[in-house]
Amino acid sequence: MSDLNLWSQYSEKVMEHFKNPRNVGEMENPDGVGRVGDPICGDVMELYIKVKDGTIIDAKFKTFGCAAAIATSSMVTEMVKGKSVEEALKISNKAVVEALDGLPPVKVHCSVLAEDALKAAIEDYINNSPLPP
Amino acid sequence: MRRIYLDHAATTPTRPEVVKAMLPFFSDAFGNPSSIYFYGQEAKGAVEEVRTRVAELIGARSEEIIFTSGGTEADNYALKGAAYANERKGNHIITTSIEHNAVLEVCKFLEGRGFKITRLPVDEHGLVDPDDVKRAITDKTIIISVMHANNEVGTIEPVEEIGKIAREAGVCFHSDAVQTVGHIPVSVDELKVDLLAISAHKFYGPKGVGALYVRKGTNLVPLMHGGGQEKRRRAGTENIPAIVGLGKAVELAGQEMGKEAERQAYLRDKLIKGLLEKIDHARLNGHPTRRLPNNVNVIVDFVEGESLLLSLDSEGICASTGSACSSASPEPSHVLLALGLPAEQAHGSLRFTLGRENTDSDVERVLEVLPGIVARLRAMSPLLKTQK
Repeated sequence: MSDLNLWSQYSEKVMEHFKNPRNVGEMENPDGVGRVGDPICGDVMELYIKVKDGTIIDAKFKTFGCAAAIATSSMVTEMVKGKSVEEALKISNKAVVEALDGLPPVKVHCSVLAEDALKAAIEDYINNSPLPP
Repeated sequence: MRRIYLDHAATTPTRPEVVKAMLPFFSDAFGNPSSIYFYGQEAKGAVEEVRTRVAELIGARSEEIIFTSGGTEADNYALKGAAYANERKGNHIITTSIEHNAVLEVCKFLEGRGFKITRLPVDEHGLVDPDDVKRAITDKTIIISVMHANNEVGTIEPVEEIGKIAREAGVCFHSDAVQTVGHIPVSVDELKVDLLAISAHKFYGPKGVGALYVRKGTNLVPLMHGGGQEKRRRAGTENIPAIVGLGKAVELAGQEMGKEAERQAYLRDKLIKGLLEKIDHARLNGHPTRRLPNNVNVIVDFVEGESLLLSLDSEGICASTGSACSSASPEPSHVLLALGLPAEQAHGSLRFTLGRENTDSDVERVLEVLPGIVARLRAMSPLLKTQK
């Protein structure tokens, strides 16, 4: 890929995560699932987490959306792995944007969606837990 | 990497013959056509020659051609000019829901200043029903504006029939012909238009120049006031090199467009057939037969247009989408929504528009690359399983 392309608005990291997204796919027996967005708006994210002893040991995603939506999904699943549920809840959309070396202003809403998907998955996990984590 | 450009509806490369024709008019034949000495008259001669050429291409008279800065100015001048010239007669304008923004935004502007706008719907292929036009006419109607062919889905509108209706009703008729002039035959008498917008860079001319056809006897209030250029209809020193470039592009289009349209229509049909065969859950947008020879527009379900474009760009293929994700606006293409497509499908649209330099191997390359891209993105898409 040359440097000269329409998509120079995206950082190399965004492009890398778009082309080789981490943790794509559904999860069997997830402990928490978060589904956010709306196909009408052009963005849907599904995030699955596996939790053991209060720690997120695995995360996966499926996303319908633009390159920024796919890259933020990929990045957020990388960021939560190995974190405690409490730590994961503190991951903000800003942190995801920073980890991707920035997003164009019109795409920042994609990172908000990623944060929302993560929060929804954790909430789902908490609701499903027989005891408070 | 070999790059394949398939976005000719956005713009075309200026042909070398056009550039060559323009060059002497920067530094050698640099005169101002309003000057009476040699240099001025030399430039004036060149401009008038182009005027005749443009007129010939569309079956008009040379005094009916006004040069503009492009299609947008031509549409603006036509609509604002005719609206204000006829405001004592009425304040109603009829247009369609699939016009280019150069028409829709002007209508919105006029709406805010007391004009009433009717935006006619289209059918699932993007066709306007001439009977709808007829029914919408009131005694206050002063302009009807219907594009000759749609820039996104390529549907060619029944402009001839609408022109007949407009003429019978005595209403000024404008058509945005930016996508057709230089590509398919356009005759202002057959179409019965009073105003017609042309843009040079859509048919291998330079950017920043176009023309408005104004039928003799059609009154327009000028947009630009100043000097007496263009018979006081458009003030400002003429952009001579660009106008000369427009003239060369018109000349070449006149010679080649018949054969070229046939060649591109063959490539178009090959691309459509291949895409629909190789990709399931894909559909053609626009009319199956009444369509521009170079336009392919498809919906690819469960994936979003920008990620398709970006993946294609990585393979050197340049295309376009109606998805909102490729622009700053939250809404997907107004044209696809007007065709009745749900928003989530409109986000997955992909447009390829062919041009002179495209060949069979370009089409084959798209057909080789796109199915894999779609499969990769669908494997990531949460929409596929829920709709299975």
